Amino acid sequence: MDLLDFARGPALQFAAGVFCFGVAWRLAVLIFTPQARDLTPARKGALPGPVAGAREVFRRMWPEMHPTGSNMFTTINGYVFHLGLAIIVFGFAPHIQVIKSFFGISWISLPPVFIHVAGGITMASLLAALVKRLTSPVLKLLSTADDYITWAVTFAPLVTGYILVGRLIQPYNTALALHILSFAVLLIWFPFGKLMHAFIVFLSRARTGAHLNHRGAQL
Amino acid sequence: MTGNAKSAADLTDAEVKSAADKLLSLVGGSIATYTEACLRCGQCAEACHFYHASGDPKHTPAYKLVPIAKAHKRSVSPLGWLGLAPKVTREDLAEWEELIFDSCTMCGRCTIVCPMAIDISSVVASTRQAFAKVGLGPADLREAADNSRDRGSPLGLTPEALEDRIEWLADDNELDIPLDKDKAEVLLTVSSIEMMKYPQSIVGMAKLMNAAGADWTFSSVGYESTNFGYLSGRGDIARTMIERITTAAEKTGAKTVVIPECGHAFGVMRWSAANILGRPLPFEVLHITEYLAALKRAGKLKFKPYDGSLTYHDPCQISRRGGATEEARYLLEDFATDFREMTPTGNRNWCCGGGGGVQAMARAADLRHKVFQIKMDQVEKTGAETLISSCANCRLTMDESAEHFHWDHKRDSLIELLADHVIE
Repeated sequence: MDLLDFARGPALQFAAGVFCFGVAWRLAVLIFTPQARDLTPARKGALPGPVAGAREVFRRMWPEMHPTGSNMFTTINGYVFHLGLAIIVFGFAPHIQVIKSFFGISWISLPPVFIHVAGGITMASLLAALVKRLTSPVLKLLSTADDYITWAVTFAPLVTGYILVGRLIQPYNTALALHILSFAVLLIWFPFGKLMHAFIVFLSRARTGAHLNHRGAQL
Repeated sequence: MTGNAKSAADLTDAEVKSAADKLLSLVGGSIATYTEACLRCGQCAEACHFYHASGDPKHTPAYKLVPIAKAHKRSVSPLGWLGLAPKVTREDLAEWEELIFDSCTMCGRCTIVCPMAIDISSVVASTRQAFAKVGLGPADLREAADNSRDRGSPLGLTPEALEDRIEWLADDNELDIPLDKDKAEVLLTVSSIEMMKYPQSIVGMAKLMNAAGADWTFSSVGYESTNFGYLSGRGDIARTMIERITTAAEKTGAKTVVIPECGHAFGVMRWSAANILGRPLPFEVLHITEYLAALKRAGKLKFKPYDGSLTYHDPCQISRRGGATEEARYLLEDFATDFREMTPTGNRNWCCGGGGGVQAMARAADLRHKVFQIKMDQVEKTGAETLISSCANCRLTMDESAEHFHWDHKRDSLIELLADHVIE
């Protein structure tokens, strides 16, 4: 078994297993932790909880800017790297092929040049987020190891992807194996750190949306 | 009394464990979600009046999640099961005591900007309970709670004092102020801040109720609507205060309990009381602005126009977290001919800095005054002559800070202003 076989085989399988079990475990803990029923009567006109929750999930996709614009960098940069990552993962032809091989579904890919530009912008955006975290007194105080590990495991597949596409390491199979392994590391870390926000965001927004809508509070 | 009720440094190991256990016991589905959802993005910092005023990163709202997040993580993470996850320490309790009590008014402004919609205010309210369990918290806040339990109100408004003051106000103003009527449709409650410091607000409420022809009464069984048990994290006292009002309402057969100009009193009685008692309340709870707005809609209250320029400070627990933002504005409609909104206003308005019991903490005064500079700036930009609010606690906070800064801008209560212009 060479490195590529290992990456495609046991490494990816193990990582996928950890990802699936870990995500399911963490979501189960959050979903099944009992929450006391609210016995207060809802304000007249309040939406049913699930509707208010779902509305809040989508409503909050539109950012709330501080009047001074002081959160503009974090807000815009957050959009940039999230969109960039989505374009690379779901728009790059080889990634679509991999998704098709696992799930049997595919779609039209984006032109390679578009992906390369998106990749460059995403890496720059992630670097900017790291600089901000290392220099802002607020973020330095809040940050934990999770923030830096999460940053590293997110950035690594982008770097190895660029190395792969740019043929910066030979042979090609070694570069491909490194790219797959970096993705496997991301999958393994996913349920342990804040990458879980990709799932928890739905719960968190929905719970607050339902809670405050019950009061008739306009978020 | 200005210091801590107890120093965290003096806590025994058993007490530290007790606080950690209490933190964990307060983690329900929502708090568990919130503690795991935080991205530590820092967006909440600029939304918080304490951070905005001090510039101290420790005042970032998300940082206040740490103690309960630590307790939760230790119970659900594999590292915790192996005993390797960090536990809540004496040092944590010492560091966060000031952050949980003195520098959070539970105003909920941070939730607006949080991309994960974390309701930090509710987490802080729960965290206070764990700290209070082992005797932590500002001494004056605990004293206010003790007074409420033992004397009926945080400011010593005993049932006898209530009776005396009502008699005095009724005589002085030639006004009918019913106390302990056998039966009444509406039970009106007081905030002792009003009764002791702003008695004209009580007069104003009575005048408006009478002008509308309401069937109402005060009750010496349950009159104090501020709940320092809740604010200090002492669930037993919170429950006692709620039970008194509930008993009074049940005794008089009141269908409606009206909370006076006090944001937190409204928040606790309207949105927490039933949950604290463990049963739905047999009456509706309305803030005075909601009740008066309903009377105005029904054509039972009419006002002579007020021609001076006004701006309105939104009490956080009535507007942003209470859902009654528009009621005060409806009351001002066709009444205040020159009403000017602040920027930001309504649900995004800045807190006065004294909510959540912070007003009662002497040691928090300097920080509170710094926060008030935001409000002064907001008011001055409107150019309005008078700043009004519908919360006696906000009013007291603003009056004290205004005095500190020798800021002579006119301030008033919405109720008093309405009462002065009601057509009887």
